[in-house]
Amino acid sequence: MNKNRIYPTRFVFGALLLYSVLFVLPSVMGLGYSFTDWSVYSDSIHFVGLQNFATAFSADYNYTRMLVNTLRFTLVTTVVKNAVGLALAVLLTKQVKLLNFHRAVMYLPCVLSALIVGMIFKSVLNPKIGLLNTFLRGMGLNFLASNWLTDSKIAFRSVMVVDIWKGMGYIMTILIAGIMSIPQTYYEAASIDGGSAWQCFRHITLPLLVPTLTVTTVLNVIYGLKVFDMVYSLTNGGPGFATEVMYTGVYKEFGLGRYAVGTTLSTIMTLVMLVAGFFMIRHMVKGDGQEI
Amino acid sequence: MKRRKQLAALGINLLAWVLSLILLAPLLLILFNSFKTGREAAAMNLSLPAAPQWSNFALVIQKGKLGTTFLNSMLYSVSSVLLCTLLCTMAAYVLSRNRRRLHNFLYLFLVLGIAIPINYIPLIRVMQALKLMNTRIGIVLLYTATQIPFNIFLIHSFVSKISPEIDEAAVIDGASPAALFFRIVMPLMKPVLVTVMVLTFLNTWNEFVMPLYFLNSSDKWPMTLAVYNFFGMYFKDWNLVCADIVLTSAPVIIIYLLGQKYIVSGMTAGAVKG
Repeated sequence: MNKNRIYPTRFVFGALLLYSVLFVLPSVMGLGYSFTDWSVYSDSIHFVGLQNFATAFSADYNYTRMLVNTLRFTLVTTVVKNAVGLALAVLLTKQVKLLNFHRAVMYLPCVLSALIVGMIFKSVLNPKIGLLNTFLRGMGLNFLASNWLTDSKIAFRSVMVVDIWKGMGYIMTILIAGIMSIPQTYYEAASIDGGSAWQCFRHITLPLLVPTLTVTTVLNVIYGLKVFDMVYSLTNGGPGFATEVMYTGVYKEFGLGRYAVGTTLSTIMTLVMLVAGFFMIRHMVKGDGQEI
Repeated sequence: MKRRKQLAALGINLLAWVLSLILLAPLLLILFNSFKTGREAAAMNLSLPAAPQWSNFALVIQKGKLGTTFLNSMLYSVSSVLLCTLLCTMAAYVLSRNRRRLHNFLYLFLVLGIAIPINYIPLIRVMQALKLMNTRIGIVLLYTATQIPFNIFLIHSFVSKISPEIDEAAVIDGASPAALFFRIVMPLMKPVLVTVMVLTFLNTWNEFVMPLYFLNSSDKWPMTLAVYNFFGMYFKDWNLVCADIVLTSAPVIIIYLLGQKYIVSGMTAGAVKG
Protein backbone atom coordinates (compact mmCIF):
# COMPACT_ATOMS: atom_id res chain seq x y z
CA MET A 1 0.00 0.00 0.00
CA ASN A 2 1.05 3.58 -0.62
CA LYS A 3 2.09 4.95 2.76
CA ASN A 4 2.20 8.54 1.58
CA ARG A 5 -1.44 8.33 0.57
CA ILE A 6 -2.67 6.66 3.76
CA TYR A 7 -0.46 8.71 6.09
CA PRO A 8 -0.38 12.15 4.45
CA THR A 9 2.51 14.41 5.37
CA ARG A 10 0.12 17.37 5.59
CA PHE A 11 -0.99 16.00 8.99
CA VAL A 12 2.39 17.16 10.31
CA PHE A 13 2.12 20.71 9.00
CA GLY A 14 0.12 22.28 11.84
CA ALA A 15 2.50 21.22 14.59
CA LEU A 16 5.53 21.88 12.40
CA LEU A 17 4.41 25.41 11.54
CA LEU A 18 3.73 26.49 15.13
CA TYR A 19 6.93 24.89 16.41
CA SER A 20 9.10 26.36 13.66
CA VAL A 21 7.74 29.89 13.90
CA LEU A 22 7.41 30.28 17.68
CA PHE A 23 10.23 28.03 18.90
CA VAL A 24 12.96 27.50 16.33
CA LEU A 25 12.81 30.81 14.48
CA PRO A 26 13.49 32.93 17.62
CA SER A 27 16.54 30.79 18.40
CA VAL A 28 17.91 31.28 14.90
CA MET A 29 17.17 35.01 15.03
CA GLY A 30 18.78 35.09 18.46
CA LEU A 31 22.02 33.83 17.03
CA GLY A 32 21.95 36.69 14.54
CA TYR A 33 21.05 39.35 17.13
CA SER A 34 23.93 38.17 19.32
CA PHE A 35 26.31 39.93 16.95
CA THR A 36 24.48 43.27 17.14
CA ASP A 37 23.89 46.16 19.54
CA TRP A 38 20.10 45.69 19.57
CA SER A 39 18.57 47.58 22.49
CA VAL A 40 15.48 49.46 23.53
CA TYR A 41 17.37 52.76 23.34
CA SER A 42 18.04 52.91 19.64
CA ASP A 43 15.96 52.24 16.55
CA SER A 44 18.86 51.14 14.39
CA ILE A 45 20.77 47.91 14.87
CA HIS A 46 24.49 47.60 14.12
CA PHE A 47 26.83 44.71 13.73
CA VAL A 48 29.28 44.60 16.64
CA GLY A 49 31.05 41.30 16.11
CA LEU A 50 31.80 39.24 19.19
CA GLN A 51 31.42 42.13 21.63
CA ASN A 52 28.38 40.64 23.42
CA PHE A 53 30.12 37.32 23.85
CA ALA A 54 33.11 39.15 25.29
CA THR A 55 30.76 40.84 27.77
CA ALA A 56 29.13 37.54 28.68
CA PHE A 57 32.45 35.89 29.44
CA SER A 58 34.25 38.92 30.89
CA ALA A 59 35.71 38.32 34.32
CA ASP A 60 34.94 41.71 35.86
CA TYR A 61 31.21 41.39 35.40
CA ASN A 62 28.48 39.61 37.27
CA TYR A 63 28.09 37.30 34.29
CA THR A 64 30.77 35.02 35.64
CA ARG A 65 28.68 34.72 38.76
CA MET A 66 25.63 33.69 36.73
CA LEU A 67 27.57 31.11 34.80
CA VAL A 68 29.20 29.64 37.90
CA ASN A 69 25.89 29.65 39.77
CA THR A 70 24.09 27.91 36.93
CA LEU A 71 26.73 25.21 36.73
CA ARG A 72 26.79 24.82 40.49
CA PHE A 73 23.02 24.60 40.65
CA THR A 74 23.01 21.99 37.89
CA LEU A 75 25.73 19.86 39.45
CA VAL A 76 24.43 19.96 43.02
CA THR A 77 20.74 19.43 42.27
CA THR A 78 21.51 16.66 39.79
CA VAL A 79 23.68 14.72 42.22
CA VAL A 80 21.43 15.21 45.24
CA LYS A 81 18.15 14.58 43.42
CA ASN A 82 19.52 11.37 41.96
CA ALA A 83 20.89 10.19 45.30
CA VAL A 84 17.80 11.08 47.32
CA GLY A 85 15.47 9.92 44.54
CA LEU A 86 17.25 6.58 44.44
CA ALA A 87 17.05 6.14 48.21
CA LEU A 88 13.35 6.99 48.14
CA ALA A 89 12.72 4.65 45.22
CA VAL A 90 14.43 1.77 46.99
CA LEU A 91 12.48 2.51 50.17
CA LEU A 92 9.15 2.75 48.37
CA THR A 93 9.55 -0.51 46.47
CA LYS A 94 9.83 -2.40 49.76
CA GLN A 95 6.92 -3.72 51.76
CA VAL A 96 5.82 -0.45 53.24
CA LYS A 97 2.25 -0.01 54.40
CA LEU A 98 0.23 2.60 52.50
CA LEU A 99 2.81 2.46 49.73
CA ASN A 100 0.69 4.34 47.21
CA PHE A 101 -0.07 7.07 49.71
CA HIS A 102 3.63 7.69 50.34
CA ARG A 103 4.45 7.66 46.64
CA ALA A 104 1.63 10.09 45.92
CA VAL A 105 2.83 12.45 48.66
CA MET A 106 6.42 12.41 47.40
CA TYR A 107 5.29 13.30 43.89
CA LEU A 108 2.84 15.98 45.01
CA PRO A 109 5.27 18.96 44.96
CA CYS A 110 6.06 18.24 41.30
CA VAL A 111 2.54 19.17 40.21
CA LEU A 112 2.62 22.53 41.99
CA SER A 113 3.78 25.62 40.16
CA ALA A 114 7.36 26.66 41.00
CA LEU A 115 5.97 30.11 41.70
CA ILE A 116 3.64 28.67 44.34
CA VAL A 117 6.41 26.55 45.85
CA GLY A 118 8.57 29.66 46.01
CA MET A 119 5.90 31.52 47.93
CA ILE A 120 5.32 28.60 50.30
CA PHE A 121 9.02 28.51 51.14
CA LYS A 122 9.25 32.26 51.55
CA SER A 123 6.92 31.62 54.45
CA VAL A 124 8.67 28.50 55.74
CA LEU A 125 12.09 30.17 55.56
CA ASN A 126 11.00 33.51 56.99
CA PRO A 127 13.70 34.37 59.58
CA LYS A 128 11.33 35.67 62.28
CA ILE A 129 8.16 33.61 62.06
CA GLY A 130 9.03 30.88 59.55
CA LEU A 131 8.34 27.25 60.34
CA LEU A 132 11.98 26.19 60.01
CA ASN A 133 13.49 28.71 62.40
CA THR A 134 10.64 28.22 64.88
CA PHE A 135 11.31 24.50 64.77
CA LEU A 136 15.06 24.98 65.25
CA ARG A 137 14.54 27.34 68.18
CA GLY A 138 12.08 24.89 69.69
CA MET A 139 14.75 22.20 69.54
CA GLY A 140 17.18 24.55 71.30
CA LEU A 141 19.25 24.94 68.15
CA ASN A 142 19.07 28.74 68.06
CA PHE A 143 22.50 29.02 66.46
CA LEU A 144 21.22 27.18 63.37
CA ALA A 145 18.33 29.58 62.78
CA SER A 146 19.37 31.77 59.85
CA ASN A 147 18.28 34.35 57.31
CA TRP A 148 17.86 31.59 54.75
CA LEU A 149 17.02 33.70 51.73
CA THR A 150 18.58 37.04 52.56
CA ASP A 151 22.03 36.04 53.77
CA SER A 152 24.15 36.08 50.64
CA LYS A 153 26.32 33.22 51.93
CA ILE A 154 23.50 30.70 52.24
CA ALA A 155 20.73 32.02 49.98
CA PHE A 156 21.84 29.99 46.98
CA ARG A 157 22.03 26.83 49.06
CA SER A 158 18.50 27.45 50.29
CA VAL A 159 17.28 27.84 46.73
CA MET A 160 18.90 24.54 45.77
CA VAL A 161 17.37 22.75 48.75
CA VAL A 162 13.88 23.99 47.90
CA ASP A 163 14.38 22.90 44.31
CA ILE A 164 15.47 19.47 45.52
CA TRP A 165 12.42 19.30 47.78
CA LYS A 166 10.21 20.00 44.78
CA GLY A 167 11.95 17.79 42.23
CA MET A 168 13.10 14.66 44.03
CA GLY A 169 9.69 12.97 43.79
CA TYR A 170 9.88 13.15 40.01
CA ILE A 171 13.25 11.39 39.93
CA MET A 172 11.96 8.89 42.48
CA THR A 173 8.96 8.08 40.29
CA ILE A 174 11.12 7.39 37.25
CA LEU A 175 13.49 5.24 39.31
CA ILE A 176 10.60 3.27 40.85
CA ALA A 177 9.49 2.39 37.32
CA GLY A 178 13.09 1.37 36.61
CA ILE A 179 13.31 -0.84 39.68
CA MET A 180 9.95 -2.47 38.91
CA SER A 181 11.21 -3.44 35.46
CA ILE A 182 14.04 -5.52 36.98
CA PRO A 183 12.96 -9.18 36.87
CA GLN A 184 12.11 -10.52 40.33
CA THR A 185 13.98 -13.78 39.59
CA TYR A 186 17.34 -12.04 40.06
CA TYR A 187 16.47 -11.18 43.63
CA GLU A 188 15.12 -14.68 44.26
CA ALA A 189 18.36 -16.24 43.02
CA ALA A 190 20.36 -13.86 45.18
CA SER A 191 18.33 -14.68 48.28
CA ILE A 192 18.87 -18.42 47.69
CA ASP A 193 22.60 -17.70 47.60
CA GLY A 194 22.24 -15.83 50.90
CA GLY A 195 22.82 -12.30 49.51
CA SER A 196 22.23 -9.46 51.94
CA ALA A 197 20.00 -6.49 51.17
CA TRP A 198 23.07 -4.33 50.51
CA GLN A 199 24.59 -6.92 48.18
CA CYS A 200 21.32 -7.16 46.26
CA PHE A 201 21.28 -3.39 45.88
CA ARG A 202 24.96 -3.13 44.96
CA HIS A 203 25.09 -6.02 42.48
CA ILE A 204 21.56 -6.21 41.04
CA THR A 205 19.56 -2.99 41.48
CA LEU A 206 22.32 -0.47 40.87
CA PRO A 207 23.91 -1.96 37.72
CA LEU A 208 20.52 -2.65 36.11
CA LEU A 209 19.39 0.87 36.93
CA VAL A 210 22.30 2.57 35.15
CA PRO A 211 20.33 3.28 31.94
CA THR A 212 17.49 4.84 33.94
CA LEU A 213 19.94 6.86 36.04
CA THR A 214 21.52 8.12 32.83
CA VAL A 215 18.15 9.46 31.74
CA THR A 216 17.37 11.09 35.07
CA THR A 217 20.83 12.67 35.03
CA VAL A 218 20.36 14.14 31.57
CA LEU A 219 16.86 15.36 32.47
CA ASN A 220 18.24 17.00 35.60
CA VAL A 221 21.12 18.61 33.72
CA ILE A 222 18.80 20.09 31.11
CA TYR A 223 16.42 21.31 33.81
CA GLY A 224 19.26 22.75 35.89
CA LEU A 225 20.79 24.70 33.01
CA LYS A 226 17.37 26.15 32.15
CA VAL A 227 16.34 26.99 35.72
CA PHE A 228 14.45 30.24 36.14
CA ASP A 229 11.12 29.79 37.96
CA MET A 230 12.47 28.66 41.29
CA VAL A 231 15.16 31.32 41.55
CA TYR A 232 12.83 34.04 40.33
CA SER A 233 10.15 33.28 42.88
CA LEU A 234 12.45 32.71 45.88
CA THR A 235 15.12 35.40 45.56
CA ASN A 236 14.90 36.90 42.06
CA GLY A 237 18.67 36.62 41.87
CA GLY A 238 19.33 38.48 45.11
CA PRO A 239 20.58 39.42 47.60
CA GLY A 240 22.79 41.42 45.27
CA PHE A 241 23.78 38.96 42.60
CA ALA A 242 24.24 36.04 45.00
CA THR A 243 21.67 33.73 43.42
CA GLU A 244 21.69 35.01 39.85
CA VAL A 245 21.54 32.27 37.19
CA MET A 246 21.65 32.53 33.38
CA TYR A 247 17.90 32.85 32.83
CA THR A 248 17.27 35.34 35.62
CA GLY A 249 20.13 37.22 33.95
CA VAL A 250 18.35 37.09 30.60
CA TYR A 251 15.19 38.44 32.22
CA LYS A 252 17.12 41.26 33.92
CA GLU A 253 18.82 42.26 30.66
CA PHE A 254 15.39 42.25 29.05
CA GLY A 255 14.06 44.50 31.82
CA LEU A 256 17.03 46.86 31.33
CA GLY A 257 16.30 46.96 27.61
CA ARG A 258 19.69 45.49 26.70
CA TYR A 259 18.18 43.00 24.29
CA ALA A 260 21.37 41.99 22.49
CA VAL A 261 23.18 40.98 25.69
CA GLY A 262 20.16 39.05 26.94
CA THR A 263 19.83 37.30 23.60
CA THR A 264 23.51 36.43 23.63
CA LEU A 265 23.18 34.73 27.02
CA SER A 266 20.22 32.76 25.65
CA THR A 267 22.14 31.81 22.53
CA ILE A 268 25.06 30.49 24.55
CA MET A 269 22.64 28.29 26.50
CA THR A 270 20.94 27.11 23.31
CA LEU A 271 24.24 25.99 21.82
CA VAL A 272 25.19 24.11 24.99
CA MET A 273 21.81 22.45 25.18
CA LEU A 274 21.76 21.45 21.52
CA VAL A 275 24.73 19.20 22.26
CA ALA A 276 23.31 17.83 25.53
CA GLY A 277 19.90 17.48 23.92
CA PHE A 278 21.15 15.54 20.96
CA PHE A 279 22.50 12.77 23.18
CA MET A 280 19.38 12.68 25.29
CA ILE A 281 17.03 12.54 22.34
CA ARG A 282 19.08 9.81 20.73
CA HIS A 283 18.72 7.74 23.87
CA MET A 284 15.02 8.48 24.25
CA VAL A 285 13.94 7.62 20.71
CA LYS A 286 16.01 4.46 20.42
CA GLY A 287 13.27 2.24 21.84
CA ASP A 288 10.54 2.66 19.25
CA GLY A 289 12.49 1.55 16.22
CA GLN A 290 13.56 5.07 15.29
CA GLU A 291 16.68 5.43 13.21
CA ILE A 292 19.01 8.26 14.03
CA MET B 1 15.28 -13.65 63.42
CA LYS B 2 11.54 -12.99 63.26
CA ARG B 3 11.94 -10.25 65.80
CA ARG B 4 14.62 -8.57 63.70
CA LYS B 5 12.44 -8.68 60.63
CA GLN B 6 9.58 -7.05 62.50
CA LEU B 7 11.89 -4.32 63.74
CA ALA B 8 13.19 -3.71 60.22
CA ALA B 9 9.62 -3.51 58.90
CA LEU B 10 8.74 -1.01 61.63
CA GLY B 11 11.86 0.97 60.81
CA ILE B 12 11.12 1.40 57.12
CA ASN B 13 7.49 2.29 57.80
CA LEU B 14 8.59 4.91 60.28
CA LEU B 15 11.13 6.29 57.84
CA ALA B 16 8.51 6.52 55.09
CA TRP B 17 6.22 8.48 57.42
CA VAL B 18 8.97 10.89 58.48
CA LEU B 19 9.83 11.59 54.85
CA SER B 20 6.19 12.02 53.87
CA LEU B 21 5.70 14.46 56.71
CA ILE B 22 8.71 16.51 55.59
CA LEU B 23 7.00 16.84 52.23
CA LEU B 24 3.55 17.47 53.66
CA ALA B 25 4.43 19.92 56.45
CA PRO B 26 4.87 23.02 54.25
CA LEU B 27 1.69 22.19 52.34
CA LEU B 28 -0.35 21.63 55.51
CA LEU B 29 1.04 24.89 56.87
CA ILE B 30 -0.48 26.74 53.92
CA LEU B 31 -3.77 24.85 54.17
CA PHE B 32 -4.19 25.47 57.91
CA ASN B 33 -3.21 29.11 57.66
CA SER B 34 -5.71 29.77 54.89
CA PHE B 35 -8.47 29.15 57.47
CA LYS B 36 -7.01 31.33 60.22
CA THR B 37 -7.63 34.91 61.23
CA GLY B 38 -4.97 37.45 60.33
CA ARG B 39 -3.65 37.51 63.89
CA GLU B 40 -3.47 33.70 64.20
CA ALA B 41 -1.74 33.40 60.82
CA ALA B 42 0.91 35.95 61.77
CA ALA B 43 2.56 33.23 63.87
CA MET B 44 2.80 30.94 60.79
CA ASN B 45 2.78 27.69 62.72
CA LEU B 46 1.22 24.29 62.21
CA SER B 47 -1.52 24.63 64.82
CA LEU B 48 -5.11 24.11 63.69
CA PRO B 49 -7.25 27.23 63.26
CA ALA B 50 -9.44 28.04 66.26
CA ALA B 51 -12.45 28.49 64.01
CA PRO B 52 -12.25 28.09 60.22
CA GLN B 53 -12.47 31.49 58.54
CA TRP B 54 -14.28 30.73 55.30
CA SER B 55 -14.51 34.47 54.72
CA ASN B 56 -10.79 34.50 53.83
CA PHE B 57 -11.61 32.83 50.55
CA ALA B 58 -14.43 35.20 49.69
CA LEU B 59 -12.20 38.15 50.53
CA VAL B 60 -9.30 36.90 48.45
CA ILE B 61 -11.50 36.12 45.44
CA GLN B 62 -12.69 39.69 45.51
CA LYS B 63 -9.40 41.46 46.34
CA GLY B 64 -7.19 39.29 44.17
CA LYS B 65 -9.62 39.38 41.20
CA LEU B 66 -9.55 35.61 41.19
CA GLY B 67 -12.71 35.37 39.09
CA THR B 68 -11.09 36.92 36.03
CA THR B 69 -7.73 35.25 36.48
CA PHE B 70 -9.36 31.84 37.01
CA LEU B 71 -11.24 32.24 33.73
CA ASN B 72 -8.00 33.35 32.02
CA SER B 73 -6.13 30.31 33.30
CA MET B 74 -8.99 28.03 32.29
CA LEU B 75 -9.13 29.56 28.83
CA TYR B 76 -5.36 29.22 28.30
CA SER B 77 -5.18 25.70 29.69
CA VAL B 78 -8.23 24.25 27.94
CA SER B 79 -7.42 25.87 24.58
CA SER B 80 -3.80 24.72 24.72
CA VAL B 81 -4.91 21.22 25.66
CA LEU B 82 -7.31 20.97 22.71
CA LEU B 83 -5.04 22.55 20.12
CA CYS B 84 -1.89 20.77 21.27
CA THR B 85 -3.56 17.37 21.49
CA LEU B 86 -5.06 17.65 18.02
CA LEU B 87 -1.91 18.91 16.27
CA CYS B 88 0.46 16.57 18.10
CA THR B 89 -1.70 13.50 17.59
CA MET B 90 -1.97 14.07 13.85
CA ALA B 91 1.73 14.77 13.47
CA ALA B 92 2.99 11.98 15.72
CA TYR B 93 0.68 9.43 14.07
CA VAL B 94 1.96 10.14 10.58
CA LEU B 95 5.59 10.37 11.70
CA SER B 96 5.32 7.06 13.50
CA ARG B 97 3.58 5.20 10.66
CA ASN B 98 5.43 6.68 7.71
CA ARG B 99 9.16 6.49 8.31
CA ARG B 100 10.81 7.74 5.18
CA ARG B 101 13.97 9.79 5.49
CA LEU B 102 12.06 13.09 5.47
CA HIS B 103 9.76 11.91 8.25
CA ASN B 104 12.62 10.67 10.39
CA PHE B 105 14.28 14.03 10.03
CA LEU B 106 11.08 15.92 10.90
CA TYR B 107 10.54 13.76 13.98
CA LEU B 108 14.02 14.43 15.32
CA PHE B 109 13.71 18.12 14.47
CA LEU B 110 10.48 18.31 16.47
CA VAL B 111 11.58 16.33 19.53
CA LEU B 112 14.88 18.20 19.80
CA GLY B 113 12.71 20.96 21.26
CA ILE B 114 12.50 18.92 24.46
CA ALA B 115 16.03 20.01 25.21
CA ILE B 116 16.54 23.39 23.60
CA PRO B 117 15.42 26.47 25.51
CA ILE B 118 13.20 29.25 24.25
CA ASN B 119 14.94 32.46 23.27
CA TYR B 120 12.41 34.87 24.74
CA ILE B 121 13.76 38.20 23.57
CA PRO B 122 13.81 37.54 19.80
CA LEU B 123 10.46 35.77 20.27
CA ILE B 124 9.05 39.20 21.13
CA ARG B 125 9.99 40.33 17.63
CA VAL B 126 8.19 37.35 16.13
CA MET B 127 5.12 37.96 18.27
CA GLN B 128 5.09 41.64 17.31
CA ALA B 129 5.36 40.82 13.63
CA LEU B 130 2.43 38.42 13.93
CA LYS B 131 0.45 40.98 15.99
CA LEU B 132 0.24 38.48 18.85
CA MET B 133 1.86 40.54 21.60
CA ASN B 134 -0.35 40.97 24.65
CA THR B 135 -3.17 38.86 23.18
CA ARG B 136 -4.87 35.80 24.62
CA ILE B 137 -4.60 33.89 21.35
CA GLY B 138 -0.86 34.64 21.29
CA ILE B 139 -0.34 33.08 24.71
CA VAL B 140 -2.36 29.99 23.75
CA LEU B 141 -0.27 29.53 20.60
CA LEU B 142 2.93 29.89 22.63
CA TYR B 143 1.84 27.31 25.18
CA THR B 144 0.90 24.98 22.35
CA ALA B 145 4.19 25.48 20.50
CA THR B 146 6.36 24.90 23.56
CA GLN B 147 4.61 21.65 24.47
CA ILE B 148 4.64 20.16 20.98
CA PRO B 149 8.04 18.41 21.28
CA PHE B 150 7.35 16.34 24.40
CA ASN B 151 3.79 15.48 23.42
CA ILE B 152 4.83 14.31 19.97
CA PHE B 153 7.47 12.15 21.59
CA LEU B 154 4.89 10.56 23.92
CA ILE B 155 2.30 9.89 21.23
CA HIS B 156 4.86 8.69 18.68
CA SER B 157 6.10 5.90 20.92
CA PHE B 158 2.52 4.90 21.76
CA VAL B 159 1.44 4.72 18.10
CA SER B 160 4.39 2.51 17.26
CA LYS B 161 2.83 -0.11 19.54
CA ILE B 162 -0.54 -0.11 17.75
CA SER B 163 -0.54 -2.70 14.99
CA PRO B 164 -0.73 -1.18 11.46
CA GLU B 165 -2.84 -4.14 10.30
CA ILE B 166 -5.90 -2.31 11.59
CA ASP B 167 -5.11 0.58 9.23
CA GLU B 168 -4.77 -1.76 6.28
CA ALA B 169 -8.13 -3.37 6.99
CA ALA B 170 -9.78 0.04 7.18
CA VAL B 171 -8.16 1.22 3.95
CA ILE B 172 -9.30 -1.90 2.12
CA ASP B 173 -12.81 -1.14 3.36
CA GLY B 174 -12.47 2.24 1.66
CA ALA B 175 -11.69 4.60 4.55
CA SER B 176 -10.10 7.92 3.62
CA PRO B 177 -6.92 9.00 5.49
CA ALA B 178 -8.93 11.41 7.65
CA ALA B 179 -11.62 8.82 8.44
CA LEU B 180 -8.95 6.23 9.24
CA PHE B 181 -7.27 8.63 11.64
CA PHE B 182 -10.28 10.15 13.39
CA ARG B 183 -12.59 7.11 13.45
CA ILE B 184 -10.22 4.15 13.78
CA VAL B 185 -6.82 5.14 15.17
CA MET B 186 -7.67 8.02 17.49
CA PRO B 187 -10.04 5.96 19.68
CA LEU B 188 -7.26 3.40 20.12
CA MET B 189 -4.96 6.14 21.39
CA LYS B 190 -7.20 7.03 24.32
CA PRO B 191 -4.71 6.24 27.14
CA VAL B 192 -1.90 8.36 25.70
CA LEU B 193 -4.30 11.12 24.78
CA VAL B 194 -5.50 11.35 28.38
CA THR B 195 -1.87 11.53 29.54
CA VAL B 196 -1.10 14.28 27.03
CA MET B 197 -4.19 16.24 28.00
CA VAL B 198 -3.52 15.99 31.74
CA LEU B 199 0.16 16.95 31.43
CA THR B 200 -0.55 19.82 29.05
CA PHE B 201 -3.22 21.16 31.39
CA LEU B 202 -0.94 21.02 34.43
CA ASN B 203 2.02 22.58 32.62
CA THR B 204 -0.07 25.41 31.21
CA TRP B 205 -1.79 26.08 34.51
CA ASN B 206 1.53 26.25 36.39
CA GLU B 207 3.51 28.26 33.86
CA PHE B 208 4.08 31.98 34.40
CA VAL B 209 7.14 32.96 32.38
CA MET B 210 5.25 33.47 29.10
CA PRO B 211 2.81 35.99 30.61
CA LEU B 212 5.78 37.68 32.29
CA TYR B 213 7.31 38.41 28.88
CA PHE B 214 4.30 38.55 26.60
CA LEU B 215 1.27 39.84 28.53
CA ASN B 216 1.64 43.30 30.02
CA SER B 217 -1.97 44.00 30.93
CA SER B 218 -2.91 42.40 34.24
CA ASP B 219 -6.50 41.67 33.19
CA LYS B 220 -5.08 38.93 30.94
CA TRP B 221 -2.88 37.35 33.62
CA PRO B 222 -3.34 33.73 34.61
CA MET B 223 -3.93 32.75 38.24
CA THR B 224 -0.31 31.90 39.04
CA LEU B 225 1.00 35.32 38.10
CA ALA B 226 -1.90 37.02 39.86
CA VAL B 227 -1.23 35.17 43.11
CA TYR B 228 2.41 36.25 42.98
CA ASN B 229 1.35 39.84 42.51
CA PHE B 230 -1.15 39.50 45.36
CA PHE B 231 1.66 38.18 47.56
CA GLY B 232 3.65 41.33 46.79
CA MET B 233 0.78 43.56 47.93
CA TYR B 234 -0.57 41.63 50.92
CA PHE B 235 2.56 39.86 52.22
CA LYS B 236 1.65 40.84 55.77
CA ASP B 237 -1.72 39.06 55.61
CA TRP B 238 -0.50 35.49 55.51
CA ASN B 239 -3.99 34.07 55.90
CA LEU B 240 -5.10 35.75 52.69
CA VAL B 241 -1.94 34.84 50.81
CA CYS B 242 -2.41 31.22 51.90
CA ALA B 243 -6.06 31.24 50.85
CA ASP B 244 -4.99 32.54 47.44
CA ILE B 245 -2.34 29.83 47.15
CA VAL B 246 -4.89 27.15 48.07
CA LEU B 247 -7.39 28.35 45.48
CA THR B 248 -4.73 28.61 42.76
CA SER B 249 -3.36 25.14 43.46
CA ALA B 250 -6.72 23.43 43.96
CA PRO B 251 -7.29 22.67 40.25
CA VAL B 252 -3.87 21.03 39.77
CA ILE B 253 -4.21 19.01 42.96
CA ILE B 254 -7.69 17.79 41.98
CA ILE B 255 -6.42 16.81 38.54
CA TYR B 256 -3.39 15.13 40.09
CA LEU B 257 -5.56 13.06 42.42
CA LEU B 258 -7.88 12.02 39.60
CA GLY B 259 -5.23 11.44 36.94
CA GLN B 260 -2.20 10.30 38.93
CA LYS B 261 -1.91 7.11 36.89
CA TYR B 262 -1.77 9.03 33.62
CA ILE B 263 0.71 11.61 34.90
CA VAL B 264 3.11 8.96 36.15
CA SER B 265 2.90 6.95 32.94
CA GLY B 266 3.66 10.06 30.92
CA MET B 267 6.53 11.15 33.13
CA THR B 268 8.20 7.75 33.06
CA ALA B 269 7.66 7.06 29.36
CA GLY B 270 10.90 7.09 27.47
CA ALA B 271 12.95 7.10 30.65
CA VAL B 272 12.46 3.42 31.31
CA LYS B 273 12.64 0.89 28.56
CA GLY B 274 10.93 -2.33 29.66
